[in-house]
Amino acid sequence: MAPARARPAALSLSARRALWAYTFLALPMAFYVAVRLAPAASALVISLHQWNILSPEKPWVGLANFRELRADPLFWKAAGNTLRYAAAGIPAQIGGGLGIALLLQRVRRLRDLLRALYFVPFVTPIVAASWVWQWMYSPQFGPLTRIFDALGLPAPAFLRTPGQALYAITAMVVWEFLGFQVVIFLAGLEAIPRVYYEAAAVDGAGGMGLFRHITVPLLNPTLVFSVVYGTIVYLQLFTQVLNMTFGDPGGPLGSTETVVLYVYQQGFQRFRMGQAAAATVVLFGAILAITLVQLRSLSRPVEY
Amino acid sequence: MAPRTAVPTGGAPARAAGRPWRDAWASLVLAAGGIPIVFPFLWMLATALKTPQEIFEPHFWPHTPTLANVREVLLATQFPRWFGNSLGIALGTTASVAFFDSLVGYTLAKLRFPGREVIFGIILSTLMIPTEMLVIPWYVMSARLGWIDTYWGIMFPGLMSAFGVFLMRQFMAGVPDELLDAGRIDGVSEFGLFARIAVPLVRPALAALCIFTFLGNWNAFLWPLIVIQTPAMRTLPVGIALFSGEAGSSWHLIMAASSLAVLPVLAVFVLLQRHIIEGIVLTGLRT
Repeated sequence: MAPARARPAALSLSARRALWAYTFLALPMAFYVAVRLAPAASALVISLHQWNILSPEKPWVGLANFRELRADPLFWKAAGNTLRYAAAGIPAQIGGGLGIALLLQRVRRLRDLLRALYFVPFVTPIVAASWVWQWMYSPQFGPLTRIFDALGLPAPAFLRTPGQALYAITAMVVWEFLGFQVVIFLAGLEAIPRVYYEAAAVDGAGGMGLFRHITVPLLNPTLVFSVVYGTIVYLQLFTQVLNMTFGDPGGPLGSTETVVLYVYQQGFQRFRMGQAAAATVVLFGAILAITLVQLRSLSRPVEY
Repeated sequence: MAPRTAVPTGGAPARAAGRPWRDAWASLVLAAGGIPIVFPFLWMLATALKTPQEIFEPHFWPHTPTLANVREVLLATQFPRWFGNSLGIALGTTASVAFFDSLVGYTLAKLRFPGREVIFGIILSTLMIPTEMLVIPWYVMSARLGWIDTYWGIMFPGLMSAFGVFLMRQFMAGVPDELLDAGRIDGVSEFGLFARIAVPLVRPALAALCIFTFLGNWNAFLWPLIVIQTPAMRTLPVGIALFSGEAGSSWHLIMAASSLAVLPVLAVFVLLQRHIIEGIVLTGLRT
């Protein structure tokens, strides 16, 4: 409680502090409005118009772009593929990441070195790594083909065939994110109070029992985070796909096409801005839904 | 998410009991599993050091390693320029994000003023907007303002980050008010309180934010690919992609360019390894 006679001064002090706050926030707020919110609204508006970016004419077409999207088999292919990437990649990187993290917990001397080994792809420039993987998959001269040859097996065509191209790219993405998952899981495992394991061990729980009844439930927030993070990564898949199928973006028969690649091709190669914007609105809806699910499941308290 | 408690943590007690054979066994499995992780790097280097004829021969390591490919990429392409472009853009963006995000985080955490929650809500809401949705309007805006094919055009979308604000606000909340009040009594300005008292106390979080902002911008691909039009303006990812696309089956050159892009990053990673990994734990898990 300030003394009564100090009140006018205190008021002007808090007013001055508020003025400082607005000064600090002025430029950033201008940025968030001009470079984030206004463009997002603008994307919505563009999605309701027909526009080829060059012509000054921009007729309002209502939901026609969304209807065209619904009628375009390539968009459905891209949407289906995007889900296929996620369905193949997320379980692989979460399962692999958890397994490696559990093994790393048992290692003492070489732990940092081994952890770094798995983490290196995560900091490797993605475009360069994508070209290296494209070369690895080369049907004539790639090392994988040679391994199959040496074993006397017919070599897979990898990126050159619709049945395998998507999974060949997924393998590269998993390679890239595995080490990140390992670090996340190691942190999650480190946070579990040891007393639970000791209590359960006293009660006679074995290794598998400890894993199922202690590790997995208490790791739940980490698992939820990993699934949501992974889903958002896979929904936005673009760089790896474009670079690994550079000569034929979208792969054989559109088998590696993703939603973002579709946006890029429609917007910046075919100049159908309205339809590209409509596809981004659909993507926004999907990411928004996932984020809301994440907020709900993460705000649930964890009982230790 | 990860609670900071005084309770001993760190998993099953079997580890504490210490069984050396388990340690060795796990190390062995992990080292074997690491082979496919490392293999692409070795394959890249091996190809980069081979002659154009040798890359199609079946042996793995070049018989007579040559730096001719590296020399050709450095001298016959604009690779050094692309590298410089990327470095400048990533450093500039990182400096901007570090300054503005910590300032906004500090203001939202430590100053009281009307509208504080609303402003935080507005900034946070932009996190849900995917970049892909913004590139078309950014392109239209850049075309109108003459920003196409300029450094400013490449950089402007990344100058601030809502994630960074969210992160810095959380860490700034931990700065004791008593310290700031003591500074006020000593006549430190409001900006001085931020720059001289608050920022030094959140240095680890700020370092993590800088590392990830740098990495993100170093890797940025979609927007630079759209806004860049001339070879001289390319960033490293765009340069490598378009150069490789043009090089066709000259894999010795593509791999030499890739090696030149990858090796400096690996060197930095080896130096900063601990900070990078701890940064993920510090920032990634505190959702």
